[in-house]
Amino acid sequence: MPVARVPDVQPLIRNMKAGLDRYLQEHNRTNPLFIGIHTGGVWVAQQLLGLYQTAQPLGKLNIAFYRDDFSRIGLHPRVTPSSLPFDVADRHVILIDDVLYTGRTVRAAMNELFDYGRAASICLVVLVDRGGRELPVQADVTGTRLHLTASQHIKLSGPQPLALEITTA
Amino acid sequence: MSAHSIQLDRHGRLKHFLTTEGLSRDILTSILDYAESFAGVSGRAVKKVPLLRGKTVANLFFESSTRTRTTFELAAKRLSADVLNINIATSATSKGESLRDTLHTLEAMHCDLFVVRHGNSGAAHFIAGQVADNVHIINAGDGRHAHPTQAMLDVFTIRRHKPDFESLRVAIVGDIAHSRVARSKIHALSTLGVSDIRVIAPKTLLPVAIESLGVRVFHDLHEGLREVDVITMLRLQRERISNAVLPSEEEYFQCFGLTEARLSVASPDVMVMHPGPINRGIEIDSQVADGARSVILQQVSHGIAVRMAVMAMVTGAASDAGSGAD
Repeated sequence: MPVARVPDVQPLIRNMKAGLDRYLQEHNRTNPLFIGIHTGGVWVAQQLLGLYQTAQPLGKLNIAFYRDDFSRIGLHPRVTPSSLPFDVADRHVILIDDVLYTGRTVRAAMNELFDYGRAASICLVVLVDRGGRELPVQADVTGTRLHLTASQHIKLSGPQPLALEITTA
Repeated sequence: MSAHSIQLDRHGRLKHFLTTEGLSRDILTSILDYAESFAGVSGRAVKKVPLLRGKTVANLFFESSTRTRTTFELAAKRLSADVLNINIATSATSKGESLRDTLHTLEAMHCDLFVVRHGNSGAAHFIAGQVADNVHIINAGDGRHAHPTQAMLDVFTIRRHKPDFESLRVAIVGDIAHSRVARSKIHALSTLGVSDIRVIAPKTLLPVAIESLGVRVFHDLHEGLREVDVITMLRLQRERISNAVLPSEEEYFQCFGLTEARLSVASPDVMVMHPGPINRGIEIDSQVADGARSVILQQVSHGIAVRMAVMAMVTGAASDAGSGAD
C-alpha cells in the first residue's frame, strides 16, 4: 500500500549538492572522487556528479561480495562488477547511496573500498536517511530525513526518471 | 539419483558442481556472470573478498595435478576460505571403503567444501551422495567422465572474445575418448546455444556414439578446421602410444598436430585453446601455442575467477539449510 508524502527526488539532489559543497569547504577537501553504491546509489551519484562541471568518471561499488548476510541468504542473483576507474589511495572519497537504513551496506562498502586502497577520507552522502540504524554509521550529507517504521519499505526506481516509493508490508 | 538432480538444492540452486550435463542455461550463465564479477578481484590492491571467511575448503586430490589444484587453492584463498591440500595416491582396490572413511574424517574436522579429483568416473558423485547436507562437492575431474570447472573456464574465455554463441563454430581436437574436458565442454556449449560443435580425432581416440552428444565427427584435421572460430586442442597422453592406440608421436603430429599452416582454413580470428599441460610438438606446435591466436594463458587466469564463482555459488546454496523455510 503506497503512502502519501513521498518527496520528489530532484530537489533532494539539489539539497545534497548544497550540503556537499558546504561540507567540502568546511573540511577543506579538494578534488574528491565520486563513488556510488549499486544500484540506486549509482543513479543518485550520476545525477549529483552531473551538477558538477567535471569530466571525472564515476566509481561504482557492488558490495555483494562483502555483505554480512551471505551465510543466511547466499549470493545475490545479479552481481554487476565493481568498477573504480581511478586509484583511491590518498584521495578524498565521496561515497553515495540512495537510502541509509541499518548502516550495513555502508559498512560493507567501506570494507570493499579499503581493498582497493587507503583513501585519505570518506564522506557519506545519501538521498534519504530513513532511520533504523543497527550500526554506528551516520551520513555527512543527507537529501532528506524520513521517519519510517520497520514495516515500511522505501525504494528508489530509475535511472530515468528517479522516483521514490514507500510501501507498507 | 541422477548426477544432475543431486547438484541442485530444493530451490534449484547449485549445491554441488559435478558435471555440466543437465544443468540449465540459466545456471551455466550465472556461473559465467559471477566469474565476470570475480575476475575484477584479481586486479585490485587486495586480491580477496570476504565471502567464505570462516569456511574450510579441502582439496582432495586422488590424482596428481598442479594447475587445477593451484587455481582451486588460489580461488578459495581469494574468497578468504581456509584451504587444506590433501594428496592421496590412488589405490584402485581401496576405493569404496577408504574414500568414505577419508571423507567422514574430514567432515569431522568441519570442512565445508571438498574439491575432488579422482581417477574413477563417478567418484565426485559418489562423495556428494555421502556427505552431510551442509557440505558441498566440486568435481575437479573424475576419470573420463567430467571436469566441469575446466569446461566453464573455457566457455568463459570464449565468451570474453566471442559472446555470440549461436553463430559459433567450435572444434575439439585430439584424444576425445579419454577426455573429461571434451565431454564437459560439449555439454556446456550445446546448452549455451552453440550448434556447430565438431570433434576431430583418429578413430582410435573417439568414444563410441559420440555423435549422440550432438557433435559432428571428423577424422581429417584440414576438413574439420574449416571456418572454425574456436579450436580446443587436447593433451595426448603418452601412454596411448605405448598402448598401440597410435603408431608414433611423429605420425600423430603429422596428422593431428596444430600448426600455423593448418590454421589457414579456420576463421581469420580463430582462438586456440588448450587445457594444459601442453605437449609441444605432439598435439600443438610452439609457434601456435605461443602465437597471437593462443588464449592458453588467459584460460589459466580465468580458471581462478570461474572457480571462485562456483565455490561462492555452492556455498551460498547452503544458506538456508536447516531453517525449514521454503
